[in-house]
Amino acid sequence: MVFSRSSGELSEVAPPVQGRWRRKLGENLTAYGLLAAALVVFALFSWWPLIRGVLLSFQQVDFVNPPSWVGFENFERLFNDPLFGAAWRNTLLFTGLALLLGFAVPFLTAVVLNELRHARSFFRVAVYLPVMLPPVVTALLWKWFYNPGPGLFNEGLRAVGLPGLSWLDSGSTAMISLVLVSTWANMGSTTLIYLAALQTIPGELYEAAELDGANLWRRLVHVTIPQTRFVLLVLLLLQVVATMQVFTEPYVMTGGGPEDATVTLLLLLYRYAFYYNDFGTASALSLLLFVVLGIFSATYVRLTRTRS
Amino acid sequence: MSTRTLVSPAALRSPRGKALYWLVFGVVLVLFLLAFVFPLYWAVTGAMKSPVELARTPPSVVPETWFPETFWQAWQELDLGRYFLNTLIVAGGAVLVQLAVCVPAAYALSKLRPVLGNVILGLMLATLMLPASALLVPTYMTIADVPLFGVNLLNNPAGIWLPAAASAFNIYLLKRFFDEIPGELLEAARMDGAGPVRVLISIVLPISRPILAVVSIVALVTAWKDFIWPLLVFSDPNEQTLSVALERVAPDTALNVLTAGLVLASIPMILVFLVFQRQILAGLTAGSLKG
Repeated sequence: MVFSRSSGELSEVAPPVQGRWRRKLGENLTAYGLLAAALVVFALFSWWPLIRGVLLSFQQVDFVNPPSWVGFENFERLFNDPLFGAAWRNTLLFTGLALLLGFAVPFLTAVVLNELRHARSFFRVAVYLPVMLPPVVTALLWKWFYNPGPGLFNEGLRAVGLPGLSWLDSGSTAMISLVLVSTWANMGSTTLIYLAALQTIPGELYEAAELDGANLWRRLVHVTIPQTRFVLLVLLLLQVVATMQVFTEPYVMTGGGPEDATVTLLLLLYRYAFYYNDFGTASALSLLLFVVLGIFSATYVRLTRTRS
Repeated sequence: MSTRTLVSPAALRSPRGKALYWLVFGVVLVLFLLAFVFPLYWAVTGAMKSPVELARTPPSVVPETWFPETFWQAWQELDLGRYFLNTLIVAGGAVLVQLAVCVPAAYALSKLRPVLGNVILGLMLATLMLPASALLVPTYMTIADVPLFGVNLLNNPAGIWLPAAASAFNIYLLKRFFDEIPGELLEAARMDGAGPVRVLISIVLPISRPILAVVSIVALVTAWKDFIWPLLVFSDPNEQTLSVALERVAPDTALNVLTAGLVLASIPMILVFLVFQRQILAGLTAGSLKG
């Protein structure tokens, strides 16, 4: 789909000004020809859905009748749904735990890996392998690992003389179980990004710190962390946005149970849209989520733009 | 890779430092084997155990009887050939459509500088701020009845391809690369009478192979791994991708057969990773923008 339009050869000698103007026009036409497909897909699948999502939040929609305006009814329905509060709590719990684990563990892993001089490529490949598994495959595998009876984890615990846990089957451990899967599946990318950042730190800084008598710990705090501060911050923002939209793990592994302990915002959104066919309320929920996440995304974009 | 890091080289040379280094190395190696390699080993060997052996406690670390034919059984029972083909069409098509849409657009924005080009670029990059979930419902409705065109793209690979092509990340990455191509190079070709499209095809594209590889690999992996969007688009079991189909059949499938299916579904992307590590890493760091 490329519209080519050569800037016409002018047979007669045109005045230079007009020639330049013609060439400008030709270039613009060509440029818009090349942009056409992108403008169409962005308009249809990005810009219009964004506007439509806002409109839908205040409408009642199904696929049969034309939409009707209902004001804030969708939002009221949400606020009156006991699951709404639960979904926020569950999602924030997931995000909080995922940051505790998924933020510290990859960074420390990267710091340690950066010191090792042997088997470097093995470590890199190993930590990234889970990232290459389709999330559904990971979720189904871990569901089997979590099986309280013949599951890998309880067998492992029993092998070293510890009692097994109920993992996904109990409201108090289900969410942390999902966080574990998600951290295992995603830590490869964050670890490798940190590793790349660590490798750009000039060695002289460490030498200088050492001459000043800074021990290992102080070098980590005063050299390593400040030097990677930007990447740490960017990934923190990205992880907040990603984990607030967690869907696959709870959908595949728990279906939101036990006792709604793992109903996340996106799971609730999915239910409203595709179980109850209530696209209006689902849109109202995504609008709320969008407003909250928009703050983080906007900060991320501003940060990266000023730096690049 | 011989710049010094946190630990001083002097400390590493002392006998105590050496011992400590190998201790840490050993601990990390064991942890990595346990955390990242053993689960995969467990899945692969689990798929080859008999159902009886698989359900036994305590489990066997090495299968006592090997049933590699379980993989063939899974392939047939779960109709994996069909879903592999569906996934290949969805992911391969997503790559081609993204390249066809984003490359010309990024080139136009970078080198032809049309009127309002910056506004368009800004509107495109602004979509980076949109969380995917914000667009889920309205995009689904758009796919079900595409405005202006009046077609229904549900249960059609194009329902995945076209939204994927509206990728601000691709535009950003490609434009940044095109910006680095010196204008004189293109100007010289223009002097020789080549039009802008000709310049794109014969000069810009050959130089841009590295970035085209990165964009293609990232697009392929993303499409292959995706779940929520194909789940919405493909309600017809015959059209589903691997992820959606495996999730659907999981509750009614024998554990050894399902595990074999999960292993098979993982192989393509692991191979892609082993072959295209560099491109994947480049895409990764571009996504987080090196500080």
